[in-house]
Parts: sequence; structure tokens; C-alpha cells
Amino acid sequence: MDENTNFIDVYRQEADELLVEIEEAVLGIEENPEEKEAINRLFRAVHTIKGSGAMFGFEKIVNFTHTLETVLDKLRDGLLPITRELIDMVLKSKDHIKTILESSSDNDTIDKDYENLLIKGLNDFLVAANENADKKAIIEAEKIVSEEHTNEVTYRIRFQPQKEIFSSGIDPALLLDELLSFGEAEVTPHLNNIPFIDELNPEECHVYWDIILTTRKKEDTLRDIFIFVEDQCNLTIDLIDEETGTESVDNVKKLGEILLERKDVTPEELNNALSGQKRIGELLVDSSVVDTETVTSALTEQNQVKKLREKRKEEKNASSLRVSADKLDILVDLVGELVTVQARLSQKAASHGDSEFITISEEIERLTADLRDNTMGIRMMPIGTIFSKFKRLVRDLGNELGKDVELSTEGSETELDKTVIERLNDPLIHIIRNSIDHGIELPDVREKAGKPGTGTVCLKAEHAGANVLISISDDGKGLDKDAIYAKAMEKGLISNDAALSEEEIFAFILTPGFSTAKTITDVSGRGVGMDVVKRAIENLRGSIEIKSVKEKGTTITLKLPLTLAIIDGLLMQIGNTHFVIPLNSVDECVELSSESANSRHGRHIIKVRDELVSYVPLRELFGILSERPPIEQIVITEQDGHRVGFAVDQIIGEHQTVIKSLGGFYKNIQGFSGATILADGTVALILDVNGLSEAARKAEEEIIL
Amino acid sequence: MSKVIMTVDDSTSVRQMVGFTLKRAGFEVIEAVDGQDAVNHLTGATIDMMITDLNMPNMDGIELIKQVRARPQYKFIPIVMLTTESQDDKKQAGKAAGATGWIVKPFKPDQLLAVINKVLR
Repeated sequence: MDENTNFIDVYRQEADELLVEIEEAVLGIEENPEEKEAINRLFRAVHTIKGSGAMFGFEKIVNFTHTLETVLDKLRDGLLPITRELIDMVLKSKDHIKTILESSSDNDTIDKDYENLLIKGLNDFLVAANENADKKAIIEAEKIVSEEHTNEVTYRIRFQPQKEIFSSGIDPALLLDELLSFGEAEVTPHLNNIPFIDELNPEECHVYWDIILTTRKKEDTLRDIFIFVEDQCNLTIDLIDEETGTESVDNVKKLGEILLERKDVTPEELNNALSGQKRIGELLVDSSVVDTETVTSALTEQNQVKKLREKRKEEKNASSLRVSADKLDILVDLVGELVTVQARLSQKAASHGDSEFITISEEIERLTADLRDNTMGIRMMPIGTIFSKFKRLVRDLGNELGKDVELSTEGSETELDKTVIERLNDPLIHIIRNSIDHGIELPDVREKAGKPGTGTVCLKAEHAGANVLISISDDGKGLDKDAIYAKAMEKGLISNDAALSEEEIFAFILTPGFSTAKTITDVSGRGVGMDVVKRAIENLRGSIEIKSVKEKGTTITLKLPLTLAIIDGLLMQIGNTHFVIPLNSVDECVELSSESANSRHGRHIIKVRDELVSYVPLRELFGILSERPPIEQIVITEQDGHRVGFAVDQIIGEHQTVIKSLGGFYKNIQGFSGATILADGTVALILDVNGLSEAARKAEEEIIL
Repeated sequence: MSKVIMTVDDSTSVRQMVGFTLKRAGFEVIEAVDGQDAVNHLTGATIDMMITDLNMPNMDGIELIKQVRARPQYKFIPIVMLTTESQDDKKQAGKAAGATGWIVKPFKPDQLLAVINKVLR
């Protein structure tokens, strides 16, 4: 690959990310028009696309993006109101940029007319903006300077009311409360002025306070709180920390410096104290220059500033590095190999009995485990990356169907393996489409039913052990249990007298070609889809659960494993060959004696607690030529409510399985989903439980027919 | 129990506006038409706060504030004066007499409530 194409690829990739950011920002603005930062982000993203586009010769993008950028510039200056039309326009433009970006490899596929239409639309906004500019100039003049700092700053406030403050009806506590409502604060009361009880006049205030406040408010706002008591108190407000870029956690002011600054000690007093050996605070107290509270208060200030700076430092350090997914995959592969080799090493060390050898091998075991966890951690991505995409989907779909729908997300920081996230995209789109099309009713129907006119689709992700639960819930009309039941009967999926649980009935919507929708819309209803969703989720070794309450809504929960690269498996043996079944699909294991195997007239069926379970004799299926042991083991798995067993010679036990794909040459082989390498270096195949049990079911049906 | 606020003003319209705003915010309101009328109401009933005009017939606001502060039961209640921009000396006199704060006329209901929030709990 020559240098230039390499750069162009990087540009495309970067532009793609920026486009996503544009969309997020736009939708963010629509939700919260006050948010200046989102507008800035939007502008920056567009600007970057244009800027780097010019560097890599994407003239078409540059030309078009320039117009968009000009409009956004006006928006940023507040010359354009945020309207639905404007948002629509920006979204359409964003889509167009994507089109150009994708097509620019084979030059001429861009719809010029459409582009001109967009440019004309954008220009209309520009005209409007210029009109607004004149009005704005007038408003500008009246506008007061911004009331808040852009970053948090820290103030030191000393509030010392006069003794008589109570007699003018002031309650200092109220003033402090008001101050504390502005941000994070530490208050140190000074009690040293309180006289002895026999001299104490309870109608007088002898306390004064030091407050360290971290807030965005300006000093004037803080002073406003004390407006009624200005002349009845000593009030000092000093800015002690603001973000300058040069500060560090280490150069926080020393206690002595703070006390000096506050004029609580004089330089001489401080120097005198410093000549001693104790800590500065104790020294100052001992030499009764200041009292304990004064020192405590100063220490509080020191801590608060330190804390704030540490927080900023953390934010800055959370930078990231862009690595291509391929490299990560290679890394994961290598770690997988390492895990395997390490297992061999451990085995060898254990049989060797040399204690030094064992120590080394244990060290390596620990390191490998850490390395594995960390590598898997790198592949983890917050699921929010796809959640945000759905905001656009929901918005567009809602518009298309004339429904008001809002998407709320929860737990978008939940992390999941990158591959899982990528493969979740389509199923989630499908489910959301269904929710909006079939679930959410039209606004007037909703209002009649006493629900808010705007429907809500809620995406929620959370961790549950080694799994992640993703739920998609809507507050629509819910699934029609009777209709589904009737349809299932009509399709011959159930017999007339079958008593099914609610969940079993709902599960029918996952069967191919099943739709109770009376009309087919563009969006969904053709009965293709939910079965695809089901297959996709099962391929990810996940499961689907459907809950629905009529008129209240439907919740579909996807349960997915955290990662696809390493799973818990059950290791089994037939002859000299090893096989692995994913542990989460295993239900139970039973023994099969040769007598009971022979007593079924060649049918592969066993009786487990009065239930007949068919099983697959893997020895025969795979043509393994070794002697059959007198007692075989049957591993019973469950798929979609069907229990299918697999007969093997021996069950060895749980095995941390690093999944290796079989490679292109074997990709059409049925019955296996991958392979793994065992501690002794031999290969074990991972059984595709889904495929095998399906095949077994078919075979069984054929016998019956 | 809702807080009791006494409003003192000789202008019916101001009394009405203040009274209306306070009642809507959940306060109980006692109205008085001037300082003397207000003093007559100070019979020991609970009053949590007073809002008074300064220029009034019979007894003005400054004198009223002094009278209120002289009674132990009302010595520490917040008293807010209604002043106009030009009455800075009056404001000082009011503060000296023991007023807690002030509101500059004309004011909006929100501003009134904000000031009350500041001094009354």
C-alpha cells in the first residue's frame, strides 16, 4: 500500500467517526438547545472533516462541507435559532457527506441535483442568519457579561458577622446554605471567640466561618448572597485556584503560605514558628499565634485545592490511543496461544516435581492470567457507542410513522467485547423497529389510553455475572397473547390442547415467518426478522427473553456473554479425541449403560426422570473407531426448550476454552463452531450445539414420519 | 405549618400583589395598612416575618421596625423593607433600626420570593 492511500484510509476512518460525532452532537442539541458545548463540538467536527478533506484531495467534500460549516458558524454565534428544520438539514447534510465519502473512490456516483438542493437549503439559513445578525447587534449591547466561569474555580471565603447580627433578623446559617448550594464546599467554623458561659450572651453571634467553595459562579454572585449584611460583617472572598494549565497537584500552597495570605499570621510569626521542629500547624497553635480551628480551616483549603487538581489531572490523563482492530485480534490470538502453552508448562512442572520449576511455572500462570484479563479488557467497548446511533434511528422512524418516540438509554457505559457489540447492531435495530412500529401507538391512541403522547423506547444495559443483559423496552400496547396463540395454532406450531406459559407463547414471535401484524409496513411486519434476531443472538451464545403486559408495553431482554474469545467449556472424550461443549448450554449429565442403549430398538432416546430425551451418539456420527465403553455419558443440553443429549465416552471436566476459528478451509463443516488447544498440545473441537441438535431433531422427525 | 408573614403597606395594590404572591407560595398572610395598624396586630400571635413599606401615614416603617425589635417575641424575626432606588438614606436608617434586608420597588413576584427564601426558613 503506498503512503497516500494509507493516509486516505485513515482520513475515511476518522471522517466516519466525526460523522458519528456530528450526529450525536446534533441530536444532543435538539434535546438540549442550551448546550453550547454540543454546538461547538458539532462545528469542530464539521470543520475537521473539511480541513483534512482538503489535505487529502476530497474536493467534493470540501466544497459541500464549506457551506454547512458556514451555517453552523452562524448557529454557533447565536444568529440562527435551533429549529427542527435546521436540525433536519444538518442531518441530511451529514448523510450526504457520508455518501460523498463512500463514493469518492469511484468518482461520479453523487447525485448532483440533491446536493444542489441541500446547498440551496443551507443558503436559505444563511440569509436568515444575516437578517438576525442585525437584530443581534442590538441585543448584544444589552447583554450582561457571562455570569459563570467556564471552569470550576475555588474561592476562600471568610464570613465574620458582627455580634449583633441576630438582632437584624439575619440567620447566618441561611446565608451559608445558599453559598453551599453553588458547589462543593468545606466549611470550618471558628469557635475561639465564644466567651465562657457566664459571660455568654445568647443573643449575640460569636462564631465566624471559613468556607472553601469550588464553583463556576463569579465572585459578584457570591457577594450578592451577603448583600443584606454587607455592613454588618467582615467578608473576604479570594480566588485561590483556577485552571491555568500550569498548576500541578504538587505545587499546592503550603499551610504557612495560606495562613500568610489570609493574614492569620505575620511573616515574622511564621518564621519564628518555622525555627522549631514540629509540624507547622502544631507549631503555630503552640505558639498561640493562631488557634486550632484556623489551622484546620487552612488545611481544609489545602485539601480541597489538591483534590480539585487531582480531578483535573485524571481527566487529562484519560487520553487514548487508536489501534486498528486487526492488531487487537492478533494480540488476543497470541494471548490465547500463551494461555495454552502456559497450561502445558503447568502440567509439565507438576509432573516434574522440581519445586523451583513449579514456582516459575506458577509465576507464569499468574502473569498469563493477568495478561489475558487485560487483553480482554482492551477489547471491551462501552455499549453506548451503538446506543447513540439508535437515537437517529428512533427519530427517523418516529417521523416516518407519524409517532412521537423518545429513546432513553441507561447503562451506556457497560462494557462488552467489541465483536459482540458489532454483531449486536443489526438485531438491536430490528427489535427497536418492531417496538416502534408494532409497540408504540399513534399519539392520539396513546392519549386516549391515558398515556403520554410521546412513547418511550428504553435501551438498558447492565452486567450480570459473566453476562451482559441488554433490554429494550417500550411503553406501547404490548404483545397480544391471544393473537399469537391463535396464529401459532393456525400455523400448526402447537396442538389444540397445549397449555403454554405466557413466556412460551411470546417466544413464538421468534419463529421464522411469524407475524400477527395485520398490515405490512415499510418498517416491519413481514414476519422476517425476529427469527434472524434470534439466530444472531444465539450465534453470540446469548439468549432472548420476552416479557409483555398488555397496554403497558413489551420488554425484550438479550443475555449475552461478555466475550467471545474465551469461554467456559465442558471437556469430553470419545476414544482419543477431545470435544468441548460451551458450559452455558449444558443442562445436566447422565449415564447411559449399554443395556438401556440397546433396549430402544435402535432409537437414540433415553428416559430422564420420566421424560424422553433424544440424544446424538457422537461416536457414530463422527465415525470414531474405538471400543465403546460399557457405560457412556450423556451431556444434555437445552436449546429453545428442546432437550438434546450428546453421548460421549467420558466427561473430563470444566475447561477454560480459548476459541480458535477453524480457518477458511473448514468453514463449511457442520457441527463444529471452532477448536481449542488443550494443555498437552492436542486439539479439541468445539461442538456447535445448535446445529447438531437441529440435525438430530430433523433426523428424529424423519424416523417418526 | 405554614409560616406567617405580615405585610404592611398603605397602598392597597402593593398589599394585594404581595399578599397574592405570598399566599400562592404557601404562606399565611396578615395585612396591615400602616405602622400603627401593624403594631396593633403585635399581640403575641406568631409572626415569622414582616414585609413593610417605609413611607406610611400614622407610623412609618422605620418607627415600626424599632417597635417590633423592641418586643422580645419579635426581636429576631426577619424584617424586609420595601424601598425605592432613591431612598438610600432611608435604607440606612432602616438597617440601623434593625431591618434584615430590603426589596427595591418595583419588583417582580419571583424577586420577592427569592428574598424571602434568603431570610426565612
